[in-house]
Amino acid sequence: MGLDIKVPIGLMFTILGLLLTIFGLATAGNTEMYHRSLDININLWTGIAMLLIGVFMLATSKIKPAKKE
Amino acid sequence: METSFTLGWIDYTIMLVYFVFVLGIGWTLKRYMKSSTDFLEAGRSIPAWITGLAFIATNLGALEVIGMAASGAKYGMATVHFYWIGAIPAMIFLAIFMMPFYYGSKARSVPEYLKLRFDEKTRGFNAFSFAVMTIFASGISMYALAMLMETLLGWDFDFSLLISAVIVLVYVYLGGLTSAIYNEVLQFFLIVIGFTPLVILGLINIGGWEGLTESLSDVAVRNGYEPGAWVNSWKYMDSPDSNPMGVKWFGVLMGLGFVLSFGYWCTNFLVVQRAMAADSMAGARKTPLIGAFPKMFLPALVIIPGMIAIALTAIPESGFELPLKGNSYDYDKVIPVLLGHYFPTGVLGLGLTALMASFMSGMAGNVTAFNTVWTYDIYQSYINKKKSDRHYLRVGQLTTIFGVLVSIGAAYMARSFNNVMDFLQLIFAFINAPLFATFLLGMFWKRSTGHGAFLGLVSGTLAASLHHGLTAPAGADTLIKGGWLGTVVHTYPSEMAQNFWTAIYAFSAAFILTVIISLMTKKLKSDEDLKGLVYSLTPRIREEGIVWYKRPAPLAIIVGIVAIILSLLFW
Repeated sequence: MGLDIKVPIGLMFTILGLLLTIFGLATAGNTEMYHRSLDININLWTGIAMLLIGVFMLATSKIKPAKKE
Repeated sequence: METSFTLGWIDYTIMLVYFVFVLGIGWTLKRYMKSSTDFLEAGRSIPAWITGLAFIATNLGALEVIGMAASGAKYGMATVHFYWIGAIPAMIFLAIFMMPFYYGSKARSVPEYLKLRFDEKTRGFNAFSFAVMTIFASGISMYALAMLMETLLGWDFDFSLLISAVIVLVYVYLGGLTSAIYNEVLQFFLIVIGFTPLVILGLINIGGWEGLTESLSDVAVRNGYEPGAWVNSWKYMDSPDSNPMGVKWFGVLMGLGFVLSFGYWCTNFLVVQRAMAADSMAGARKTPLIGAFPKMFLPALVIIPGMIAIALTAIPESGFELPLKGNSYDYDKVIPVLLGHYFPTGVLGLGLTALMASFMSGMAGNVTAFNTVWTYDIYQSYINKKKSDRHYLRVGQLTTIFGVLVSIGAAYMARSFNNVMDFLQLIFAFINAPLFATFLLGMFWKRSTGHGAFLGLVSGTLAASLHHGLTAPAGADTLIKGGWLGTVVHTYPSEMAQNFWTAIYAFSAAFILTVIISLMTKKLKSDEDLKGLVYSLTPRIREEGIVWYKRPAPLAIIVGIVAIILSLLFW
């Protein structure tokens, strides 16, 4: 099949990761909002994790371009 | 405790991005859909790591996410039996012993294997019962999703049902099985990333594993059990009275570990279809094994939240409480209520999207399995035999619409059950438990005949309903739980125990009757016909030249060892 699944997953994780990271940075210090997540900026951390996974997926999809067949 | 929450723009944006990608995958794949094989079997061209993840993701629907979290709260650590003694051994067995026949026989579906191995009536029975079952499962997923959207977000039930149905319909209609499988992989990653922060926050809040154990021992003592009853899996299984599940080790081992799990993972076309879409025999055999690795660790994402929820409820200062439904906790709310409790806007959108993703993968998986069985095993076999492949491609696409429509109907029917899990277990017990006996005998005993298999299956299903009709779990108040034949011969300590024993009776009846009837009837298929279908008549697969760690057998041993270690750690 001509579509490498890592591309859409990588793209989606990168986009959502960026979104959450920026949102997390923008809302950093908002103690009222992060009170429920035990004063952890969970948006920022989740965003960074997603960004890393996304970039990793995209990077590995380039190394191995569309498999033969 | 609030049970509904308002979403911000960022939450809606995350949901929207997900929808765009899901539909985009379907759209991209549309141009590859040239034949019915492409559409219904994914052209048998997908790499094993993808089919492996799809293998477990398609199962990670409402049943697993909501049901396992509910069981985690209700029964505690013993719920891992569904994984380490349930799924894993069955997945290993499928990979090593059964996959060669499914993949090697060139059957396009599980019912078609039955046709090749036995006869038309056996296939017909299986195809029809499977079609009904998948539609129900898909309907339950839809119902659960719409219900959730209604209670959490205040969305209209009908609107939520419709929107989720339309999205699944579109991406399956466009890209068929390939689209469903690719989306399942995407959904799998999303579910993991969406739920991991929840588990981490929950564990931090309760004081790590020690804090959890401590609070759960209060829960156990309060309910009249030994302190460890909620955090041990096997230790209190020596008597049904000493564990909240109300089962004994033998019922777990035979009922769940053997009959139900092997019946489900080895013969259910929903999951087997993923492995059959792999690009090679080796890939097909590795599919369940690759899936087994993440599968073994899923309890951390789906059972632990349930345990955390009940543990927090036991600590008044925690400010967390499971909502009540009647006079017991509403266990099915564990995940949504935890999401609302811990997640601020942002990850909240992500968590809800993950939840939606899980429901959609469950739905789409059933729809694709239904498509294939309907098109090949019902339409092509009984309704319209000799048509061009183009025609069957069209039928496959139209079946998607038909399947989704009927599931919507099933969704409206699926309303009145407290624990969705128990209801599905019941259906699996009736239909799947005898089925494994048929496959076991079909694949490993060349003397078993079509009449034997068919009558064995029917009597197994009858035995299941008879057992269910004559027994009841303690405190049963509706006939759906059992005893509908009027007299209750035996009362089980819990529904779970009753289900396990229903399965054991069904399997035994099917096994014994298949053997007896096979010996009484003539064997109609020659040894030549059965080549590639029966173990003793099929040449062993040669795998010289493949590095050892890429071979199924060593992989299977590693999976087995890890599962044993995990079981011992949480004994």
